[in-house]
Amino acid sequence: MATAIPVLPKLVGERVKRREDPRLIQGLGTYVDDLKVTGMLHLAFKRCDIAHGKITVIDTTAAAKMDGVEAVYTGADIAKVLGPMPIGTPFPSPPHHAVAVDTVRYAGEPVAVVVASDRYLARDAADAIVVSYDLLPAVVNLEEAMTGKPALIHADFANNLAVALVPSGTGVAADFSSIDNTAVDQAFAEAEVKISQRMVNHRLVPNAMEPRGVLAHWEPGKDTMTIWSSTQNPHILKTMIAAMNGLGQHQVRAIAPEVGGGFGAKINIYGEEYVCSVVSKKLGKPIKWIEDRSEAFVATTHGRDILGYIDVAARKDGKVLGLKMRLIADIGAYNMLLTAAIPTLTMLMANGTYDIPAIRTTLTEVFTNKTPTDAYRGAGRPEATYFLERAMDMLAVELKMDPAEVRRRNFIKSAQFPYQTQMGAVYDSGDYDKALDAALKAADWDALKAERDRMRKEGRLVGLGLAMYVEVCGLGPSSSLPTGGWEHGQVTIERDGRITATTGASPHGQGNETTFAQMLADQFSVPIEHITILHGDTGIVKQGIGTFGSRSQAVAGTALHLAGGKVKKKMAQFAAAMLEASEEDIVFENGMIGVKGAPASAKPFAAIAGYAYVPVPLPPGLEPGLSDEAFFEPANNTYPFGCHISMLEIDRETGEPKLLKMVAVDDAGNLINPLIVEGQIHGGLAQGIGQAMIEEAVYNEDGQLMTGSFMDYAMPRATDFPRFELSSTVTPTPSNPLGAKGVGEAGTLGSTPCIVSAAVDALSEFGVKHIDMMLRPEKLWRIINAVSSAPFVAQGGRS
Amino acid sequence: MVQVAITVNGKVRKAHIEPRTLLVHFLRENLNLTGTHVGCDTSQCGSCTVLIDGRSAKSCTLFAVQSDGSSVMTIEGLAPEGQLHAVQQGFWEEHGSQCGFCTPGMIMSAVNLLQDNPSPSEQQIRDGISGNFCRCTGYQHIVNAIQSAAKNGAREAR
Repeated sequence: MATAIPVLPKLVGERVKRREDPRLIQGLGTYVDDLKVTGMLHLAFKRCDIAHGKITVIDTTAAAKMDGVEAVYTGADIAKVLGPMPIGTPFPSPPHHAVAVDTVRYAGEPVAVVVASDRYLARDAADAIVVSYDLLPAVVNLEEAMTGKPALIHADFANNLAVALVPSGTGVAADFSSIDNTAVDQAFAEAEVKISQRMVNHRLVPNAMEPRGVLAHWEPGKDTMTIWSSTQNPHILKTMIAAMNGLGQHQVRAIAPEVGGGFGAKINIYGEEYVCSVVSKKLGKPIKWIEDRSEAFVATTHGRDILGYIDVAARKDGKVLGLKMRLIADIGAYNMLLTAAIPTLTMLMANGTYDIPAIRTTLTEVFTNKTPTDAYRGAGRPEATYFLERAMDMLAVELKMDPAEVRRRNFIKSAQFPYQTQMGAVYDSGDYDKALDAALKAADWDALKAERDRMRKEGRLVGLGLAMYVEVCGLGPSSSLPTGGWEHGQVTIERDGRITATTGASPHGQGNETTFAQMLADQFSVPIEHITILHGDTGIVKQGIGTFGSRSQAVAGTALHLAGGKVKKKMAQFAAAMLEASEEDIVFENGMIGVKGAPASAKPFAAIAGYAYVPVPLPPGLEPGLSDEAFFEPANNTYPFGCHISMLEIDRETGEPKLLKMVAVDDAGNLINPLIVEGQIHGGLAQGIGQAMIEEAVYNEDGQLMTGSFMDYAMPRATDFPRFELSSTVTPTPSNPLGAKGVGEAGTLGSTPCIVSAAVDALSEFGVKHIDMMLRPEKLWRIINAVSSAPFVAQGGRS
Repeated sequence: MVQVAITVNGKVRKAHIEPRTLLVHFLRENLNLTGTHVGCDTSQCGSCTVLIDGRSAKSCTLFAVQSDGSSVMTIEGLAPEGQLHAVQQGFWEEHGSQCGFCTPGMIMSAVNLLQDNPSPSEQQIRDGISGNFCRCTGYQHIVNAIQSAAKNGAREAR
């Protein structure tokens, strides 16, 4: 072989710099609000400022007369062209109009729409609409709401129950037709130790830095709709926009341009997207709507908000015999796309990393007059982890046992995988002892305990927390998602040997343009610079589902890998014909394609590509061209896991907590790009720590969101964190050929309970056994000073 | 309508605008400089950070008329065509950007920070960017990026 050819490095597993970054660091990314289409009009929503009431008068006269205002629509006007919005779960759901028709059910619900020539004018006109309401009592308190008080929110949903009570776990028939409590009752009867605790996993605001935005463009002459949206899943958007506009899917093109974060809150297909599309169709003009931040706080779905009554039955040696989780979810005023399904993931993951013989979970979902909830980073799994890990910690305290030891005694052992849980999951692979050992070593656990004890002797309030987690990722088999659970990839070798690939994943910060190109560069042995990954445009990406549930690498990455394999095989056949060799002997090396053992025979990759497009002669049995696709349907989910450890100090004078140390060991299976993986974990940790320490969506008793802007809602800043200490174990999944499990949400799982446990440990001298998040200094100060909690507001609007 | 003349990235830009036009909207809508982003409406998030007469400022908090006669630098003007500023290079090397929405504002704040203090401690970096929110990175790689830029001698931006 010619010595001048540089050897291409293998890229999978390397810390490759992101290919997305040159545009982002120069301000050259194109987000929805950066788009302009000739003739574009601006749309603004008039939103209600009360939580619950009947619209009596809606006066749009002044707004309609304003210069530059093209149209004003009330809810009744919109309802003529847009039906109630569908949801993506099989649960019963009340009608939900994109713009309220007669009743408003949360502060911020749209009541009218304005279209104007300019963004400022649209806002002025929306402000000029006058709406009068007959006030109804605001349903805010969750446990009061489920008794139907102080009001019923939806006529057909008695006691405000969206989902009355779904049981799961040991002894529950798969079709829920029978429930046998014998095993669970026996576990609690035989218990030597019991833990019982009410825990609140409070409401959060996702707050992607880019608020949502839509640009819908109906082209009357073509009868096609193009819709740009800040979404995580343009293919689902296309499907829904077509259905709601009475169009075929061939008439709609959905584009997710640069998307500034999502965190689950941009999975949902929102009323604003439907409204922009129907208004564009009605007016024959491009329509743009950009969400303000204050609007985003009430108009974009919230996350978490589950109350848990947790009971653990155990022996004195730490072995857990039984677990009960009674879950009550405050889902807000309406069901959104996946709202009802999110807490079912909490049930699914109830046993975490433990082999627990008897488990009973029940789930009730309740309507309140608040912004609807839906997926938020982790989506149901952080809730399960929080409830379980806090309870395990309480058990450790009760038994005066090391928190690591009590966990170790209950682990599912590595020899037990694949492991069928009591909750219906089949864990693919795992080695929980290994992750725990790695975390104890990384944190220097015994020395850390000695350090804590030394600091305590100085009178300081210092505590340690430890939490295990396992999550369900790589969503998922088609049986688990209404959209289907596959992903699609297509690989095209261009005539010049460059590679264009499309993926149904729709990255918005995850770096798939880099990781997927790393995979293909290795697969074809070509420079990464010769590869482009396209995504986020249904006009280019034939099919897809989207980015959520830590599925991109495991599902979409695999689809691309399989598509690449098909193209590579065909390319090898062309090469075999050209080189007069057998296909089995063809090797791809260093941008060349040649015959094994005969390096001098090798032709440039581009030469074989060119031959495939001008195939003279055309090898028998082959079609011209090099392009193929694959749908990958995973047989099972993946179950990444890990262990997080924290050290926290609370100021004895002020109650202010400070995170001193954060150690995270994560096992996401095989890693394509450790640099990007670390970034994902850092971000997850920040959101998990944010929930534990400072973030909280608080409603007052009138149903007003008191934390409705960045002035009131505590977004984590750079000063809120110590340097995170990361390490990993690697347990590949058998669920896909890459062995990759997914890592986007992992950081949010272990961090939250381990920080609350650290706070409880720090305050152990005051006899406190559990503290509900977030760790507001006032709350901690009251514990230190033995003062009872303040009433309503300090409890965040819950009982 | 009022007339303004603002020097943006080295060129004088004159326009007739509504007096209430925010500087960020002047940059984005009138000049199509869309690298400066709007992430909130209360001056907290810092996505709109630019340099005005060499000092970082949140361009959503100022009316364009308040910058009349000033010199504004946006992310687009930070480095000569085809080159990267040391802070931009640091963000690339250290994976300081994920979704990229906060990135231009974060970079402009970091430029200001390194002008004031060319070799900041980690705590000084964290304090220096505490007026800028990032929801993706947990800030650690951003801190690394700014440390990298400091080490490589961030060129003073004017």
